[in-house]
Amino acid sequence: MSNVAGRIRNLPSDDHTGALNRFGRRAIEEGSARVAYSAVESPIGDLTALVTPQGLLALAFETDDLDRIMDSVAAKVSPRIVRAPSAIERVRSWLDSYFGGRYVPELRLDRSLITPFQDRVLVATAGIPPGEVRTYGQVAALAGNPKAARATGRALGANPIPVVLPCHRVVAADGSLRGYAGGLDRKRLLLDHERGTTTRR
Amino acid sequence: MASISRMVALYRLVSMNLPPFQRLVDQHARPLHRFLCGMVGPVAADDCLQETLLAALRSYGGLRHDGNLRGWLFTIARRKGIDHVRRYARETPSPSPPDRPSPPQTMRDTDLWDRVAGLPTKQRTAVTLRYLGDLPYAEIASVMSISEPAARQNVRAGLASLRKDYT
Repeated sequence: MSNVAGRIRNLPSDDHTGALNRFGRRAIEEGSARVAYSAVESPIGDLTALVTPQGLLALAFETDDLDRIMDSVAAKVSPRIVRAPSAIERVRSWLDSYFGGRYVPELRLDRSLITPFQDRVLVATAGIPPGEVRTYGQVAALAGNPKAARATGRALGANPIPVVLPCHRVVAADGSLRGYAGGLDRKRLLLDHERGTTTRR
Repeated sequence: MASISRMVALYRLVSMNLPPFQRLVDQHARPLHRFLCGMVGPVAADDCLQETLLAALRSYGGLRHDGNLRGWLFTIARRKGIDHVRRYARETPSPSPPDRPSPPQTMRDTDLWDRVAGLPTKQRTAVTLRYLGDLPYAEIASVMSISEPAARQNVRAGLASLRKDYT
């Protein structure tokens, strides 16, 4: 019986994922988590929603670098970030309505990751009706700075809450899609989906 | 001067970029859970793991660690484990060893789990930190607030006792 240490190392133990899930739920309930996140399925691939008690903080595509986003949220908002599927129910139902082509309920947002200029741009963008598009220049003008088309493009590209804040409704002056943080395919899917929704209405 | 530099050091500690808490959980939950299985048994280990993580989360971002986040988590887990054993011993005075955990359903090496659980607290803590928590001796020493030679000695004594039991 020389290798007791090795046998201890190899002792099997029960699965602990149940305990981790209960921890996540309790952390939200008692309020010690400042940011909760969970993945949610959607027609444009899995999305990861990050929420705070104020509302939706960020929405990430599966192609995004989630580790980098988490690091940035830890530094700018709070490192008390916990995975908790129950915390993103409102976002889940908003996305269900949106992708189901139904009336979308009001969704509270946490704008902590949005800069003041970016906020003006995104507010202007949020005024574009589904199924329609505006150019970068038009949105720059709506945001109060008609000459800032490039800066507007950058502000939209760094939109922490895509889909919900519809930066995909902004296109180049010649009608081409130009760019999208989630890739042009996703931008096209979102615009096609919204046009379909509009014609059905 | 000294107090100012201390304040600067404290400030650095507070403002140190902490990783997202869930990343710590994903990295360390399994060894923490195995350590707690050795300390309190698999049934109570579930609860103790939750309590450990909640306590850690509540003070996360404060000053309660020196950058060694794994050691900090194990320090909290050890305290939760020992608290549990004491509470359990108080609530159920029984002729059998009160801190002996019930065996998990999935295991085959029941005997060894029981024997680990039957070690004196210090030896059991050191042995489980070493072989279930997978910590180096320096961290075991810091988690148990003892010297590194004492940590080695406790692991050695624990293993010797287990070996003897087996013959």
